[in-house]
Amino acid sequence: MSENIKTVADATCTFCGCVCDDIVLSVDMDTHQITKSQNACVLGKAWFKEHSIEERPAALIAGRPATTEEGVEEAAQILAKARYPIIYGLSDTTCEAQRVAVSIADMIGGIVDTTTSVCHGPTGMAFQGIGESTASLGEVRNRADLVIFWGGNPAEAHPRLFTRYAVTPKGMYVPNGRKDRTIVLVDVRRTQSTPVADIFLQVKPRTDFEVLWALRALVKGLKVDESIEERTGVSLAVLEDLANRMKTCRFGVIFFGMGITMNRGRHFNAGALLALGTDLNQFTHFVVAPARGHGNVSGADNVVSWQTGFPFGVNFNRGYPRFNPGEWTTVDVLCRGEADAAMIIASDPASNFPKAAIEHLKRIPVITLDPKTTVTSTLARVAFTTATYGINVPGTVYRMDNVPISLRPAFESPYPSDQQILTAIRERVSALLGGNRLPVNTAPTAAAS
Amino acid sequence: MAAMLRIVNGRVYDPANGLDGVVRDVCLQDGRIVADVPPEAKKIDAHGMVVMPGGVDIHCHIAGSKVNMARKLQPEDHRLDVHPRTRFTRSGTGGTVPSTFATGYRYAALGYTSAMEAAVTPLGARSTLEELQDTPVIDKGFFVLVGNNVLLYRLLQEGRLEEFRNTLAWWLCATKAYAPKLVNPGADELWKGSRNANITLLDDTIGPFDLTPRKVIDAFIGAANDLGLPHPVHIHCNNLGHTGNYETTLETMRIADGRRAHITHIQFHSYGSVAGKSGDNPTSKAREISEFVNTHPNISADVGAVMFGRSTSMTADAPLAYMLRRFGGGKWINADTEHESGCGIVPFTYQDKVYTNALQWAIGLELFLRSEDPWRMVFSTDHPNGGSFMSYPKLIRLLMDREFRKQEMAKVNQKAIEASGLRDCQDRELSLYEIAIITRAGPARLLGLTCKGHLGVGADADVTIYEENADKEEMFSTPRYVIKGGELIIEDHEFRADSDGRVFHVAPDYDPAIEQVIQPFFEDFYSIQFANYPVDIEYLHHHEVVPTTHQAAAPVASETT
Amino acid sequence: MAERMTLIGGRSSKQGTALCVGKLGAEYIQISSTVEMNVEDMARLGLSNDSRVRLRTPVGEVILRCKGRETKDLPSGILFMAYGPFSSELMAGDTAASGMPLSKNLDVEVEPVLEEAQPQGATP
Repeated sequence: MSENIKTVADATCTFCGCVCDDIVLSVDMDTHQITKSQNACVLGKAWFKEHSIEERPAALIAGRPATTEEGVEEAAQILAKARYPIIYGLSDTTCEAQRVAVSIADMIGGIVDTTTSVCHGPTGMAFQGIGESTASLGEVRNRADLVIFWGGNPAEAHPRLFTRYAVTPKGMYVPNGRKDRTIVLVDVRRTQSTPVADIFLQVKPRTDFEVLWALRALVKGLKVDESIEERTGVSLAVLEDLANRMKTCRFGVIFFGMGITMNRGRHFNAGALLALGTDLNQFTHFVVAPARGHGNVSGADNVVSWQTGFPFGVNFNRGYPRFNPGEWTTVDVLCRGEADAAMIIASDPASNFPKAAIEHLKRIPVITLDPKTTVTSTLARVAFTTATYGINVPGTVYRMDNVPISLRPAFESPYPSDQQILTAIRERVSALLGGNRLPVNTAPTAAAS
Repeated sequence: MAAMLRIVNGRVYDPANGLDGVVRDVCLQDGRIVADVPPEAKKIDAHGMVVMPGGVDIHCHIAGSKVNMARKLQPEDHRLDVHPRTRFTRSGTGGTVPSTFATGYRYAALGYTSAMEAAVTPLGARSTLEELQDTPVIDKGFFVLVGNNVLLYRLLQEGRLEEFRNTLAWWLCATKAYAPKLVNPGADELWKGSRNANITLLDDTIGPFDLTPRKVIDAFIGAANDLGLPHPVHIHCNNLGHTGNYETTLETMRIADGRRAHITHIQFHSYGSVAGKSGDNPTSKAREISEFVNTHPNISADVGAVMFGRSTSMTADAPLAYMLRRFGGGKWINADTEHESGCGIVPFTYQDKVYTNALQWAIGLELFLRSEDPWRMVFSTDHPNGGSFMSYPKLIRLLMDREFRKQEMAKVNQKAIEASGLRDCQDRELSLYEIAIITRAGPARLLGLTCKGHLGVGADADVTIYEENADKEEMFSTPRYVIKGGELIIEDHEFRADSDGRVFHVAPDYDPAIEQVIQPFFEDFYSIQFANYPVDIEYLHHHEVVPTTHQAAAPVASETT
Repeated sequence: MAERMTLIGGRSSKQGTALCVGKLGAEYIQISSTVEMNVEDMARLGLSNDSRVRLRTPVGEVILRCKGRETKDLPSGILFMAYGPFSSELMAGDTAASGMPLSKNLDVEVEPVLEEAQPQGATP
C-alpha cells in the first residue's frame, strides 16, 4: 500500500441517476486506484474501485492495436461515407461530449439517439402529451410525507434514493425523518426494497395501467367496481385507502422506474402516472419523478432537447431535426437493418438489446468509445479506449431531477476523453465533407400556421 | 468579415447620442465603434437604409431548465417550424420555444445582438450557462431568482440586514448572474408547503415566516441599491393576471420610495375591475400605471405586450401557471426547486375574439402610447409568455402605424376595446427614434450596459441596418446587414458567419465571512454539497464582469476574456 | 412438457457491481445467467437450486441456472433475471413503434434441461 494517497472530497458518483456528490475518495496516486469511497453505496463503491487505468491500446481497428489518431481517421471515413449513420449511447459521458456528438449527427445528417429510448423514453413521450408535476430531490427530502415507489427496486438500483434523498433523511418539515413519512411500494414481486415500505401493493403483471387509472378515478370521486381486484390483484379497499392518503398528504411524491416503461402499455402507463400526479394537485402538493438509471442520461435528454427541440431519437437527414419514436429510435433502426454505420458512445447495446439488433450491429461498421472492453467494443471496427467521466474527466452531469453538477475527477488518465475524441472526429469529418452536409432536396417551406 | 468597416450614407438613429436620422458615417474597428477608419476599410453603402445599434432584449426566456422543459413539451410546435442547417450554421426547430441555435440565429436575423434570460434558479444556473453557450451570435446574461429564497427569508425575518445583503451578493457571484429577480414574492412557500395556496396581499404573512411580501420587496430593493448593481431588482409583481391587480402594482412601486426598481411585463399587472354578470371583469388601468411610471423617475418597466396567436406561459410563478391551466385543461408542468423557487409552464393561445385576451393586447399598446419617457417603458413581450420574439416586427408596426393599428383594433373583441383606454391614445405614432429608444438605447441604459444600445465611440460594434419600408413589419423583419462585435454576421439578408456571444455578469463585493452563515444552511437542508454549488468560471467562456457603481468608482481590473 | 411463465428482466445490485468489473468477466456472466423461480413451480418441474432450465421465446432460447424464491416474494408463474446477454437472447425487436422493446413480462416457455450442460445461449 503506497503512502501517496490523495483525498478528493465532494466527488460525484455517476453510476446511477442519484448522482451523489458527497463522496470522499481516497486515491492511491502510485497505482491509480481508488482505495476508498466514503458515503458511496455498494454500486458506487464498485464504480470507483473498478475504474483504474488499464493497459490497453489507445484504439483497436478491426481488432488490431492502433493510435488514437489512426482511429479518428478510420472513424471519420466511416461516418462521412455512411448514408444512414446512427450515433447512440451518451448516458455515461459528460454534457460537453454529448454536445459534440449531436453536432456530428447534425453535420453528417444522421440520427442521434440515447439510452433514454430504452429507458424512460416512454415517460418522455407521455410528458409531451401531459406535462409533469415534479420537484428537485431536496424538496422531497425536506417536505415529502408520502413517498411512493412504483415499478422500481431502489434498494438494488438506486440505494441512496432511500438513504440520502427520500426515505430516511431528516428534512426541514420532516424533522423525524423516516418516522414522519409513509412509504408505499408497488411491484409485481417482493424485492429487497419491499421491507422498507409501510404499505406494499403487489400488482399482477401487466396491470399497472388499470391500477393507475382506478386511482385516478378514485381521486376524482368516481366509482370503481370491486372487480378491480380480480383484474389487478389489488382490492378496492386498498386502492381507496391509497387514494385517500394521496389526497390528504402534505407533499406527496411518486418515484417510478422500468416497471412502468418497459412493460405492456409503456407510455400509456407513464401517462397514467403523470396524469395521476397532476390530478392530485387539485387537493394537495404532489409531484412525480422518474428514477433515471445512468449518471448522465438526464444530461443526454437535456442536451439533445436544447440543441434540437426533441429529447431522443432525432433524425437529421433532411437538414433539420425530426422526431418519431419507433421510426428513428435505435432498436428499431437496427432491428430493421436500416443503419449502415453506428457510433456507440459510453454504452454497451450489444449486451442488452434485442437479438436482431445485435445481429445487425455485427453486419455494419461500428465505432465505440468506452473505457472498458465491452460486448459492443469487441464487435466494433474501431474501438477507442477512453478516460472515464467523473473519475478521470471533468465536466457537467445532470442528476435525475435535472440539477446540473460539475464532476471532480480523482486522477488523470493517459487516454483521451470522449469529448476530445469526438472533437477530433468532427474536425476530420468537416474537412472531408467541406462543412455540414446539406441534403440533396432543399427543406420544405414551413407549414402555414 | 472585416476588422475595419465604414457604413456610409445611412440614416443613423442613435438616441443615446441624440442622433435622430442624421446621415453620417459609422466606423468600426476591432469590435468597437471608432471615430474614423482608414480609406481602404471595407465600405457598406447604406443609402436608403436606417442604421441603428443592435437590438437589446431586456426580458425573455430562452435558456435554462425551465425553458428546456417547455421545449421538450411541444414537439408539435417544433415540427411545424423547422430551421435547416447551412454549411456552417446548425439546424434546429422553432415554434414559441425554439431550440438554442435557432434562438440565437433568429434573434440575429431580426437585428438583435443582446438578450437577457429573465428567470433562472440558482441551482440551475449551470444549465442556463450551457444553453447560452449554444445560443449563437447574441451577447447575453441572466437574472437569478432570489425573491423566494429560504435562507434570505430567514436572515430577513431575524433583522440581519447586513448579512442579508452579503448573502445576496454571494448568490449573485456564485451563480454568475446579472441581476436579482423577484417573482410573486412570498408565494413559493405557500404553494409548496400549504397545498398549493398563493399569496394575494402585500401585507399577508408568508406562511411560517414572520415576513410579508412588502417587507421582502423593500429589503431586496434596498440591498440591490446598496450593492450598486448596474440593473436594479427586476420585479414580477404579486397577483399577475388577476382582475384588479393594478393596486398591487402601484403599491409595489410605492415601496421603492425613490430607489431604483424595475417592474417587468407591467401589462400583466395593469388590470382594474368592474362588476360583471358572473363575477368581476378586468378593465384597463394602463392610464394609472403609466401616470405613475411617468412621474417617478426611479421606476422603470418593460411592457410585456400580448400578441395574438400561440404562446407558452413559462414562469417561476407556479400558482399562476396552475390557474392558467384551468382555462385550457391541457398540458401543464410544475417544477419545484428546493429553497429557491417554483416553476410553471402552460401552452396558451391568445385569441382576438376573447374579451380578456383582446383587453391584454390593448393594454400593452396603451402602455407604449401613453408613455412620456420611452427610456423607462421599454419593449418586451415577455417572450414567449405574451408572444414570441418573432412577433416583434409586427408589434413595432402597431406602434408606428396608426392606420394599421386601427384596422387591427376593428378586428378584435370590441367590448375589450371599449373597456380599454386605447381610443384615447390611438392617434399617437412612435417614431423611428422612439423605436430605437425602446428596443435598443433604453434597455441598454436600464441594464447598465454602457457598451450597448448606442453607436458612440467605444461602444461595441453591434449595428443593424434596415432597408426603409413603409410597411414597418416588413422593415424590421429582415435587416439587410447585422454586425456583431464588428463581424458581419448577416449581409444582404444572408448569414455569412457564425459566432459566439459573451456572457455579462456582476461580481459585487461581499464579506467572505458570510460563507460561515451560508454553509450550515446548505449542510442541513440542500441536496447538493456546498462546495459543488457555486458555478466555476469555466462555464462562462467569453465573459465580462460589469462593475457595480462602487467598483467602477474605485478602479480594479475587471475580468474579461 | 414446457410450461408457460412470465419473465421479468431487471437490475440487481450484484449485476450492477459486477458490470463495473467488466461485462466479459466470469462474475457478470454467472449473475446474468441465473433465473429466479418460485419454489412451488420448481418443485412441480422437478428442479432444485442450480438446476439447468431452458427458457424459450419466439426469437431465441437460453439455458440458465435456477434459484428458488418463496411464494410471498415471487408469485407462481413469474420468473426474474438480471439484464445481460442472456436476457437479450430472448428479447424481440418489435417496439410497437415506441422505441422501447419489451424486457419485462415476456411470455416464455420453461422446461428443465435433463443433461448437465453449462448455461448457454449468448456467447459474448
